[in-house]
Amino acid sequence: MRVMAQMGMVMNLDKCIGCHTCSVTCKQAWTNRSGVEYVWFNNVETRPGQGYPRTYEDQEKWRGGWQVGRNGKLRLRTGSRLKRLLTIFSSPVQPSINDYYEPWTYDYETLTNAPVQEHTPVAQPRSLLTNKPMTIEWSANWDDNLGGAPELTQEDPVLKRISAEIKEKFEQTYMFYLPRICEHCINPSCAASCPSGAIYKREEDGIVLVDQDRCRGWRQCVTGCPYKKVYFNHRTGKAEKCTFCFPRVEVGIPTVCSETCVGRLRYIGIVLYDADRVLEAASTPGDQDLYMAQRSIILDPHDPQVVRAAEEAGISRDWIDSAQRSPIYALINRFEVALPLHPEYRTMPMVWYIPPLSPVVDALTETGHDGEDAGNIFGAIESLRIPVEYLAELFTAGDTNLVTGVLKKLGAMRSYMRDLNLGRPADESIAAAVGMTGRDIEDMHRLLAIAKYDERYVIPTIHAEQGPEREEFDTGCSLDYDEGPGMGGWGPFGETSGGSTPIAVENFHMLAARQTSDTMAAPGDKAQRVNLLNWDGKGAPEGLFPTRPEESAALHRPDGGGVGEDSPAVTEPKP
Amino acid sequence: MNAVDILLWVVVPYVSLAIFVVGHYWRYKYDKFGWTTRSSQLYERRLLRWGSPLFHFGILFVLVGHVMGLGIPKSWTEAVGLSEGAYHALAIGVGAIAGIGTLVGLAILIYRRRTVGPVFSATTRNDKLMYLVLTLTILFGMSNTVLGAVGHEGVDYRDTVSPWFRSIFYFNPQPELMTEAGLGFQLHALSALVLFAIWPFTRLVHVFSAPLGYFTRPYIVYRSRDRQLGNRPTPRGWDRVGGGRR
Ligand code: HEM
Ligand code: SF4
Ligand code: SF4
Repeated sequence: MRVMAQMGMVMNLDKCIGCHTCSVTCKQAWTNRSGVEYVWFNNVETRPGQGYPRTYEDQEKWRGGWQVGRNGKLRLRTGSRLKRLLTIFSSPVQPSINDYYEPWTYDYETLTNAPVQEHTPVAQPRSLLTNKPMTIEWSANWDDNLGGAPELTQEDPVLKRISAEIKEKFEQTYMFYLPRICEHCINPSCAASCPSGAIYKREEDGIVLVDQDRCRGWRQCVTGCPYKKVYFNHRTGKAEKCTFCFPRVEVGIPTVCSETCVGRLRYIGIVLYDADRVLEAASTPGDQDLYMAQRSIILDPHDPQVVRAAEEAGISRDWIDSAQRSPIYALINRFEVALPLHPEYRTMPMVWYIPPLSPVVDALTETGHDGEDAGNIFGAIESLRIPVEYLAELFTAGDTNLVTGVLKKLGAMRSYMRDLNLGRPADESIAAAVGMTGRDIEDMHRLLAIAKYDERYVIPTIHAEQGPEREEFDTGCSLDYDEGPGMGGWGPFGETSGGSTPIAVENFHMLAARQTSDTMAAPGDKAQRVNLLNWDGKGAPEGLFPTRPEESAALHRPDGGGVGEDSPAVTEPKP
Repeated sequence: MNAVDILLWVVVPYVSLAIFVVGHYWRYKYDKFGWTTRSSQLYERRLLRWGSPLFHFGILFVLVGHVMGLGIPKSWTEAVGLSEGAYHALAIGVGAIAGIGTLVGLAILIYRRRTVGPVFSATTRNDKLMYLVLTLTILFGMSNTVLGAVGHEGVDYRDTVSPWFRSIFYFNPQPELMTEAGLGFQLHALSALVLFAIWPFTRLVHVFSAPLGYFTRPYIVYRSRDRQLGNRPTPRGWDRVGGGRR
């Protein structure tokens, strides 16, 4: 047994209102740059629907993930290593920009510059790739709320797998939202497809990252990931992906998408798993057995043997403690209500979902029944095959029994808790009907309905002794300093070339520039621009505000008496 | 032999090769982040599907041909019993196929660069210069092969260009060999030297990260956050108490 810790997430789909707050805040934080305009590390799909990029779940077409070969061995769906290298010059099945969508902006300037005219001027859409006017035909969530259904939705690869009768009915029947991020898989096929070995899994917490300095732009990972959650930055020529907000998680705060989620439906925690058995579990022959296989490698953190093995593997006490309190462990292996997304891709995904019960309850209420009565719900789940089959294609490789089981538990929880809320005696038989006890149901209810911040997010921090190293690592990210790669600058070798500047060096140069320069920052003089991240809040550093006309005139006085640190022209704000 | 010959066939080669070597070292140190193929497949894939493999397989064969033609002395091939005629038939046969593949591929790639909107927008001045020098080099090289094939060639490059090329690496340059080689070979060699000089500063650096290590490494790469951070080694004095984890 080789114990490793893995950061993971569970989302409770019943609560997702499809507001896209998570997507937008994630975009602001990570992909609000040129080259990744079309990239959404977090996206929210309306299901049924085609998803983003379109029809990504059709692995016959896109060839992502793993497959068990005829000899029973696990191999990438794209074939052997040799085959991948021979087709490297033009990747056979990489999605092109139209499979995502062509990013655009609007020509806002016409709104302010247009001469007086009879008609209101219009800001035309312009392509962010070519800068030419374009017609908007698709976006990351074009079919949001079933927009364009049923024509568009018919292309949903999941829907295609279930029967024709169901396809016809789905429109009147159900719809729900599926927020997606990178799964930070235990057996990541993106990493396996990377020829340079630039994609790695962190030993400590299992977060999957792309080393920007080692990525060479072979773009094999884009094909390799079945969830299409590695993206190609077309400006820098490098792959980028969701980082599980590692700089935040390292200090114990949740990812941006979780923090800002309006429904508070995301749970973050770690699980301990047995790294020695990953390959065996991922090679399980039957697709429908993969759910159990993955659960079986997740270890019980309360088991003394596991704890001892974890300690031997160097996992510190507070991490083991967090694993014991982990909400995702509870949802996956104690209450057994969370399910993995597409386990049949065999990457052992670590973002799991509690399937939505609402379509069933809604349908029931519409027919005039009491949607929260245990008997009614149980019956309805059985008879309302449609959503169940669809959910099963998403979460259990088609095993409807598993989905029914989970939905029944959620239904039982509603009924059981309603009795308590209405002051009626608890009905243990409801709990027993789904193989739980009243105590279990109350615990589950607490976690799903009222858990506060520190119960939803149990995130162990990294250790102080790693501090001095960490600072450079966090802040020295090669993407995110001013004028750095990804900020749109053009280096000598094309856009965004050049090394990364450690923050200490940057601070030193900033300080030196402030102390020695006597001119205001000019656009051509980027090194002297004020970096607000480094501004300690005292004084008004030069360059913070644009020059006033009279000041800039003073600047050019021949005696050189411009605006200096001690010049009366600068008004220091009162603390 | 005059000063110009020395300049062209001694000074320029050494300067160019020095830039090539030092340039790559420097670029790797300074610009790991910019070291990439700059793939444009996201924008367009139908033309690339044909152009890129044609060009790449072609140029890789051409490369092998050059290693053989320039690197292996005539006496060696003759020693293993390969006659002059057979060698040339082989070289011109394989060379022509590879060359045509390269040229057609290159033509498709350049056509694509110019006509596909997003690809054109993403083409830097650097790319244009690289394409110009690369195309010239390939065209000059091809014309030598073609002229050789139809029998116009007066000199055997294996008696002139190849020994000259090797002489550079023996640090015993023999520029006089190149003066006898004929204009076609001279132009080809010169443009190639210019190409080597700009090579480290273009996207062509991707050639040196051809991912051969992929065959031997395990599929999933694990990295420890505390043992090594990015590409920086752990600073001295920050060893973990107790000698680390594993
Ligand atoms: C040694 C193995 C090589 C590999 C694995 C390789 C791989 C690649 C890849 C993946 C691309 C990006 C194609 C795309 O998606 O746009 C590319 C582009 C390119 N490569 Fe190579 N390459 C190799 C050798 C070479 C050589 C020897 C040359 C020329 C001397 C070369 C010249 C180019 C050029 C000019 C492009 C740009 C094509 C374009 O987009 O217009 N490559 N290469
Ligand atoms: S979901 Fe994430 S970790 Fe899994 S294969 Fe895709 S990019 Fe890699
Ligand atoms: S913020 Fe939460 S509720 Fe809103 S779309 Fe995202 S996951 Fe759903």
